Amino acid sequence: MFKSIKFRAALTLLIFLGALFYLTPTVVPELPDFWTKKLPKDKIHLGLDLQGGMHLVLEVQADKAVESTLERMSNNLKETLMQNKIRFRNVDRIAGGMISLELTDPAGRDPFEKTLKNNFPDLEVDSSETVDGREKVYLKMKKDRAAEIKKLAVEQSLETIRNRVDQFGISEPEIIPQGDDRILIQLPGIKDTKRAKNLIGKTALLEFKIVDEDYSLEEALKGNIPEGDQILYGLHLDRETGRQASVPYLLKSKTLLTGDSLESAKVQISDRFGEPNVSIKFNTQGAEDFDRITGENVKKRLAIVLDGSVYSAPVIQERISGGQAQITGSFTMEEARDLAIVLRAGALPAPVNILEERTVGPSLGQDSITKGTWSCIIAGILIFIFMVFYYRASGLIADLALAMNLILLLGAMVMFGATLTLPGIAGIVLTIGMAVDANVLIFERIREELRTGKTARAAIEAGYAKAFLTIFDSNVTTLVAALFLFGFGTGPVKGFAVTLTIGIVVSMFTAVFVTRIIYDYFVWNRKIATISI
Amino acid sequence: MAYMEFIKPNTQIDFVRWMKAAGAVSLAVIVIGLASIIWQGGLNYGIDFAGGSLVQIKFKQEPHIDKIRDTFEMIGLQNSIIQSYGTHEIVVRTPETRADLKGLGAKIETSLSSTYPAGSFEIQRVEVVGPKVGKDLTRKALLAIFFSWIGILIYVGFRFEFRYALGGIIALIHDVLITVSIFSMMNREYDLNIVAALLTIVGFSINDTIVIFDRIRENARKNIRMELRDVINLSVNQTLSRTILTSFTVLMVLIVLFFFGGSVIHNFALVLLIGTVAGVYSTVFIASPIVLLFEKIKPSAITRKK
Repeated sequence: MFKSIKFRAALTLLIFLGALFYLTPTVVPELPDFWTKKLPKDKIHLGLDLQGGMHLVLEVQADKAVESTLERMSNNLKETLMQNKIRFRNVDRIAGGMISLELTDPAGRDPFEKTLKNNFPDLEVDSSETVDGREKVYLKMKKDRAAEIKKLAVEQSLETIRNRVDQFGISEPEIIPQGDDRILIQLPGIKDTKRAKNLIGKTALLEFKIVDEDYSLEEALKGNIPEGDQILYGLHLDRETGRQASVPYLLKSKTLLTGDSLESAKVQISDRFGEPNVSIKFNTQGAEDFDRITGENVKKRLAIVLDGSVYSAPVIQERISGGQAQITGSFTMEEARDLAIVLRAGALPAPVNILEERTVGPSLGQDSITKGTWSCIIAGILIFIFMVFYYRASGLIADLALAMNLILLLGAMVMFGATLTLPGIAGIVLTIGMAVDANVLIFERIREELRTGKTARAAIEAGYAKAFLTIFDSNVTTLVAALFLFGFGTGPVKGFAVTLTIGIVVSMFTAVFVTRIIYDYFVWNRKIATISI
Repeated sequence: MAYMEFIKPNTQIDFVRWMKAAGAVSLAVIVIGLASIIWQGGLNYGIDFAGGSLVQIKFKQEPHIDKIRDTFEMIGLQNSIIQSYGTHEIVVRTPETRADLKGLGAKIETSLSSTYPAGSFEIQRVEVVGPKVGKDLTRKALLAIFFSWIGILIYVGFRFEFRYALGGIIALIHDVLITVSIFSMMNREYDLNIVAALLTIVGFSINDTIVIFDRIRENARKNIRMELRDVINLSVNQTLSRTILTSFTVLMVLIVLFFFGGSVIHNFALVLLIGTVAGVYSTVFIASPIVLLFEKIKPSAITRKK
């Protein structure tokens, strides 16, 4: 069957039309309705370096998630021990993710262990020592539990960031985990990169704390911070001078409520100054808690803390039922909108670090596309002319195969959803060079065979047969290298490997299979006796 | 019938005779290159590997580098390297990653706005790579190169013979080393694009080498009584026309890329240009003689049958 010229030509035509079909959406600006509804409408996918946009690699500080869990546990432990009347003192968080405490009564050890086992299955005793008749115990989190928290922290961060980006409204974002604790984010076409970074990187941990007004703030600032208190700062904008000042607050460390209890958050415009603020609504449990907290603390000030910075600390005038509250601050409309987004999407379970950032402006991308395209055209024309000059009509056949090679390559890229990057364009230009090689090998062989006095038909057959093995071996070896590039490569290396791989496969098809059909047609059907080569 | 020919069909150049001289030349280039790398205190790593930040700015008019330097000093970027990059464009590189990387682009934009009117410049590219990522990228790039070599070794060893595989690998290590050496002597910077280019050279070089090996294998089977030395000479001569033609077309493409591909592609094309020339040279002078060298040490099964 493969001997039939008709069959081979039909197969080639089919593949060629298939490639054109996939390329149509990229080339035709406005597709007819029936096409957009039923047929593939994906354009060729351009990398960030070509279309502009932002590439970020974040590292989730998963250790911090473990630490904050430990912090919560140590607070709970204190309460539980008190309830169970086990005498202890000096509960401390110490370096290396451990909790230390002293049991003042030696008889307390057994009930302590029991409490630990029943109420804190995730904690275990690391070591203990007896100092001056008191037992000092070091606790740590169980290893697999810590690993689980880390894993969860990364998964949850991924989900949260995905939510935030979705709500921000960026088309075709790519947010994928990388390694153990990294997240890769690609935002094509984004212009306000600073804002996007703020939105993605913000931990957005919302906390409600009571301002401690029983102690003097001045004393605390001197270093005498009362037990169980902390100092946090807030920015205060003077409406008259427009100056911003950092204002300290003395707060009770205990967090009464967090952003976890939120149901929704939206931007509102306040009536008094016409300034935007963020209105939040608690879920059922959160509303109940908020109701109780405000009830217990009437006439005290409730600080609203976001990521360790006090946004406002209004006086609680009366018990607030219904679970509604406002976060005010000197927001611009954009800031308020972004804050509402991050509050709705939830807090990151752990802070994130930006490890890598690459931003490409749209004009640079366009510039690269233009220059890349021109390079392809110029290189194409030069090769076209050279091949005809050197191999005459056979050169023309090779040129035809080359043009087809380009179309198939681009079509295949659309079909597989591969991304075209700048090194990818270089890869295409190089594929042009390599595709020519296969034809050069074949033509040189045919010439050698003709020199031995063979007929045109015999020379073509021998030439193809002998050259094929060489082409196969050399291309497969390059393919092996390209596949490893794809496996280990990152960014530009990978983009390059993709085009190279597809290019090699396609060029074997066009340079060997397609050109042969043309020769066979001329020597079998047209019975030509001499080859122009 | 007359063909258009650069290399006449019965060319008989004794390539094997030049093998020692060629080896010496290659060795000299590599040694000088490596010495220059050591002299410069290692390869000139770009931010992809060393970490740091890079900002590319395009101006409407030719910018004064001094004026820009003053501007950057005000925001604490006195250690930055400012280079012009294409027409009216500059690239600013800062080695440190400790500073507040998050706002580098914005910071530069604000400070430039104080010196230049708005709209007279545009920040085209900001890249910030932390040291951790840099290490990671270096590791992955090295792994990619290493495993591609192993892969080639296995495939060629399987299709040909082990000594051919070794000859091929040595030839491509030669090409990569030569390219790295010359590129370093020109004091150019290594980034991920350059790694991609080096890997292409690996692909090209082995492609070229296989074509000649294939001919050697064919000729060795056809002329069992012929000395391997002569088989190699015959094969290199027979494929010489193809070697030159293909390299010529590839070089043509690369020269186009080098001049028209734009600033980002420029270095990429340069590496490939060096590598391709080295590749042709090594295919002819390095790869095949190595097969001959191994024949002297341990004759292969095929030739012993005679």
